[in-house]
Amino acid sequence: MWNYSKNVVDHFLHPRNVGEIEDADGVGEVGSLACGDMLRLTFKLDADGRIADARFKTFGCASAIASSSALTEMIKGKTIEEALMITNRDIAEYLGGLPEQKMHCSVMGREALEAAIANYHGEKTATRQLEGKVVCKCFGVTENQIRRAVIENKLSTVDEVTNYTKAGGGCGQCRDRIAEILDEIREEQQAPAVEEAAVVPAEVGGRALTTLEKMHLLEEIIETRIRPALQQDGGDIELVDFDHNVAYVILRGACATCPAAGITMRQFIEKEIQKEISPDMKLEEIKR
Amino acid sequence: MKTIYLDNNATTSVAPEVFEAMKPFLTELWGNPSSMHTFGGQVARHIERAREQVADLLGAENPSEIIFTSCGTESNNTAFHSALATARDKHKVITTSVEHPAVLNPAKQLAVQGREVAFIPVDGMGRLDLSEIERAIDGRTALVSVMWANNETGVVFPVERIAEMCEERGVPFHVDAVQAAGKIPIDLKKAPITFLSISGHKLHAPKGVGVLYVRRGTPFSPFIVGGHQEHSRRGGTENVASIVAIGKACEMAISRMDEERVKVTKLRDRLEKGILDIIPRSFIHGDTQHRLPNTTNIGFEAVEGEAILLLMNEYGICASSGSACTSGSLDPSHVMIAMGIPFTRAHGSIRFSLSRYSTDEEIDFVLKVLPGIIQRLRELSPVS
Repeated sequence: MWNYSKNVVDHFLHPRNVGEIEDADGVGEVGSLACGDMLRLTFKLDADGRIADARFKTFGCASAIASSSALTEMIKGKTIEEALMITNRDIAEYLGGLPEQKMHCSVMGREALEAAIANYHGEKTATRQLEGKVVCKCFGVTENQIRRAVIENKLSTVDEVTNYTKAGGGCGQCRDRIAEILDEIREEQQAPAVEEAAVVPAEVGGRALTTLEKMHLLEEIIETRIRPALQQDGGDIELVDFDHNVAYVILRGACATCPAAGITMRQFIEKEIQKEISPDMKLEEIKR
Repeated sequence: MKTIYLDNNATTSVAPEVFEAMKPFLTELWGNPSSMHTFGGQVARHIERAREQVADLLGAENPSEIIFTSCGTESNNTAFHSALATARDKHKVITTSVEHPAVLNPAKQLAVQGREVAFIPVDGMGRLDLSEIERAIDGRTALVSVMWANNETGVVFPVERIAEMCEERGVPFHVDAVQAAGKIPIDLKKAPITFLSISGHKLHAPKGVGVLYVRRGTPFSPFIVGGHQEHSRRGGTENVASIVAIGKACEMAISRMDEERVKVTKLRDRLEKGILDIIPRSFIHGDTQHRLPNTTNIGFEAVEGEAILLLMNEYGICASSGSACTSGSLDPSHVMIAMGIPFTRAHGSIRFSLSRYSTDEEIDFVLKVLPGIIQRLRELSPVS
């Protein structure tokens, strides 16, 4: 049994601000049912640019629900700039602490907040845009997320990284890579940071691609790069339709039954087509 | 608040009769059964009586085939150790992917040590394909180990048939019968099983006592080496009170099993049907045709198990979950994964396990509060 603080139990049994604001200024969504927790955060600003209302809907354990509830209480009355200063540590502290293995719930809260603020700033989708290489395929955790959790929470072991980000908590194959990242961060602590290369939309002769050009490019990427990669693992993908920058696909073979497929799709395929075609590209799976 | 205990596959209450039977050995009869004097020595015959009671429940030919241990886990480890230590040039172990960690982890440890270990998969209903076990058995096989009944789903495996298969090929066969003992009939006269493990606290005896059955004539190598106790097959001064207790618990199981099976099955079925009827998108996990009478494992789509357990806890209802969050790991239980249960449902899987002490009122109460709990969590969920 978990040793939850009084505040966690209180926020779990009596969650504050449950629901969804219909005409929200910002919407953020992180996690998935397959991963075991998922949070959708919506907020509305008042005339002075302060967060007047914040609502959440969460699938997850007691600490995930409590973290979401705490987050909505914490951001109310704050400006966007003030809200962005909130770290996962602040959420955990507000709750009187979380069990170490549950710290990822507080990280999920902070990520949902960032996704909602990015959405407010003009990001089209509510889902968090992944930046950097995916390290943990089971839970779809990128190197950037791991680095941030390590630096902000001063983590030093692989198990701590798992507690805070879930990375390495599934099949465990990425644990060596996480150890390398920890070593790299230790070495870098003095060295200057290197900037990530920005994603630039594909252009032809200085103009954006037409829908037809995008469609051809999409077919080519799926045929030559994505299908062979999936087929290696006994899976397959079929492009069914393309409309308003959304590629509709059906997953087949091992992919159709793989619980991690949704994550794989978002992280690898969507990222790939966003990089090659346009950052606005989205992928939707059609379930049969 | 009244406790509604529907978690009997985790542990059971000590039966009042069992407690009475063990009491003298914690008070006036505290001597060491190995002593030469009467004060200690008189205790030994109570151990022998318990051995007979256990042998009766298991249908063992001879009480000498019963070794008392400290728990089911020790029994399992002893069987693994003994089979491999006496197998000379045979190194392969065959087991299933849904065993309790007390078998799964000893098997995995052997694999790490370089031995060949085959984990036989199950289908979506948690059933084994016997032909896969048959194919896996070869000349290098030192042991086959299959549980009688699964602790999470209650699914019962056809161990009698596997036993015959192993006997034909001359391969020792171990059965983890911790969940089966006392709930369904076990007859070792009919099933040629080599080793069989049971645990006291799963059948209304206290924690800290187990049994390993070893068929007569089986080469044996002790796991815990020490004094001459248990005919030098398990060192360590006997846990007399608990041994007497497990004997009494087995005796009670024999006399009550038929009646209890009917009663418990009826309660379980009413609970299960009630839940499936009232709560949308709820599903039974496992083969309902071959299942323990007391167990049901139900998945609630789009709700997380720990949250369900903690809300039930507010009403005093005790159950278990195969969700990731309850185990401290991040993946759902290995049994749910092996059965290919979708993660969206596995995270929301709840096991109710009843006992002879479960009542109609308790089932009514669960059926009254559970729908509200699931609805409340679904209203909280972004995907409902």
